Amino acid sequence: MTAQSFELADQLQTPVILMTDLDLGMNDNMSDPLEWDDSKVYDRGKVLNAEQLDAMKERYGRYLDVDGDGICYRTYPGTHPEKGAFFTRGTSRDEYAIYTENGDAYVRNMERLLKKFETAKSYVPAPEFHPAREKTREGIIFFGTSTAASLEALDQLAAEGVHIDAMRVRAFPFSQQVEDFVEQHDRVFVVEQNRDGQLRKMLVIECDIDPKKLLSVRYYGGMPITAREISRQIHQLRGGATVTPIRRKAG
Amino acid sequence: MSYIRPNFRHPQLTVNELGYSRRDYEGGLSTLCAGCGHDSISAAIIQACFELAIPPHKVAKISGIGCSSKTPTYFLGKSHGFNSVHGRMPSVATGANLANRDMVYIGVSGDGDSASIGLGQFGHVTRRNLNMLYIVENNGCYGLTKGQDSATADVGSASKKGVPNPYEPIDLCTMALEMGATFVGRSFSGDKDQLVPLIKAAISHRGFAFLDVISPCVTFNNNDKSTKGYEYVREHLAATGTVDYVPMRQELTADFAPGFSKEITLHDGSVIHLYKQKDGYEASDRNTALQAIQAYKARGQILTGLLYLEPDDPDFHEIQGTVSKPLRDLDEGDLCPGSRSLEAINANLR
Repeated sequence: MTAQSFELADQLQTPVILMTDLDLGMNDNMSDPLEWDDSKVYDRGKVLNAEQLDAMKERYGRYLDVDGDGICYRTYPGTHPEKGAFFTRGTSRDEYAIYTENGDAYVRNMERLLKKFETAKSYVPAPEFHPAREKTREGIIFFGTSTAASLEALDQLAAEGVHIDAMRVRAFPFSQQVEDFVEQHDRVFVVEQNRDGQLRKMLVIECDIDPKKLLSVRYYGGMPITAREISRQIHQLRGGATVTPIRRKAG
Repeated sequence: MSYIRPNFRHPQLTVNELGYSRRDYEGGLSTLCAGCGHDSISAAIIQACFELAIPPHKVAKISGIGCSSKTPTYFLGKSHGFNSVHGRMPSVATGANLANRDMVYIGVSGDGDSASIGLGQFGHVTRRNLNMLYIVENNGCYGLTKGQDSATADVGSASKKGVPNPYEPIDLCTMALEMGATFVGRSFSGDKDQLVPLIKAAISHRGFAFLDVISPCVTFNNNDKSTKGYEYVREHLAATGTVDYVPMRQELTADFAPGFSKEITLHDGSVIHLYKQKDGYEASDRNTALQAIQAYKARGQILTGLLYLEPDDPDFHEIQGTVSKPLRDLDEGDLCPGSRSLEAINANLR
């Protein structure tokens, strides 16, 4: 994912934040060996070189969306003596990177960024699905270091007859698949390790979801979240038993 | 006042050895106040780049936020520019420089940008000896937000509002010297004869070249109680000596003034001639520079000129041991050791 982040940053021309946490950073974990595909070619995204600039009939515009995906062509500094240089500024500018206070030009650029945000949804890593063994109307969403504990909790719950479809979110902005997953279930548990239920709130805002449909499973006690904690909270939210009955040994 | 610049240029406009005229180094029309010192500095940068015959597209200009940081729009219109976040110009310059070491990097900052919000970045880019020219256009106030005192305002100096500044000023030249800058100079936006050769020498220097240029804010900090106004600065200027810059390729033929007291050869072979050095001022000695700045300050004077120069210290690329090819041109073949190397690393961990 780290290598992919660099490539996404080039393709989308935006910083990419790779999320980690103390659990991942401070503890040793077992993982499958990292593999590298030798046929991999780096993709630097939309970059024009000197020949391409010379061959262009139209005027080059740093913020001109020529193919409708909201991502514009860039040039590296020093590429061409006469063409392709631009000034990256914090103030409003037009499609040709020229300073302007024209409101229409500002709105056009803001709407292009919306389009780019939509494009980004199909570029970022897709969610991973773990369907329940039996058909169910309940779902669970988790990410990052909550993944292993969540999958273990699902095994525990399945053993007790509670079946839940699972989805591991791997990126923001959320793709259509994320929206569809919530749409396809009556209620969805959202597991996360922070006080405020930030993933749940982002899902509500970004995907325009009825907040009542998303039930928050949160843990923020400082230790890594456990499968037992997730199962306990899910039982509680489903209105079922919160304590596993102790079976008295026969005899 | 007309805001339209005529397109007409004299048909026999002088060109430099690459065939570029001064016009090729100009930028957009300035929107700063009439008489702003910053515009004089932009003109000096244009002049220096024209005389050095640097291809305009081989310069990258980077700035932070503030009146000073607006100026890269007003020079070198054929160069890539980046108006970055407040006080964060050094980070952007470092990234750009690492990606392509073959460009000339000109960073423009202000006293607010460098001495307050960006003080940390200023310190670290200095000690890394990043190959760039770092100019601070120092007016002692925040002109863009109506003239509040900045961290370089002298104690007792008052801007237009009239309230004397109670805090000790930060001297960026002293800081740069203490943090290992290899080229430190100070100048005044109103002294083009001194500023242009200093900029030329600073651009030609391999390593971190810092120039603190006092540049009066005509709107908010040019009154009789300010120590950064035109009048005060003119009356209190002192110079280490006169600087002349001789490019490597002109050395044998150039008609330079005789009588220089010292000659410093830069890493690219060009030469700096120092004339009329004050009391045997030694620009190669860091301690001399620090002491001289303090001594002149104690006498109420502003010491300008080339304060310190060490032409041979390794720059950031040399310290890092990077390859000579610009990093941005490296591909999979250069960068990726491949799956077999990865397997060997994995095997080592088992």
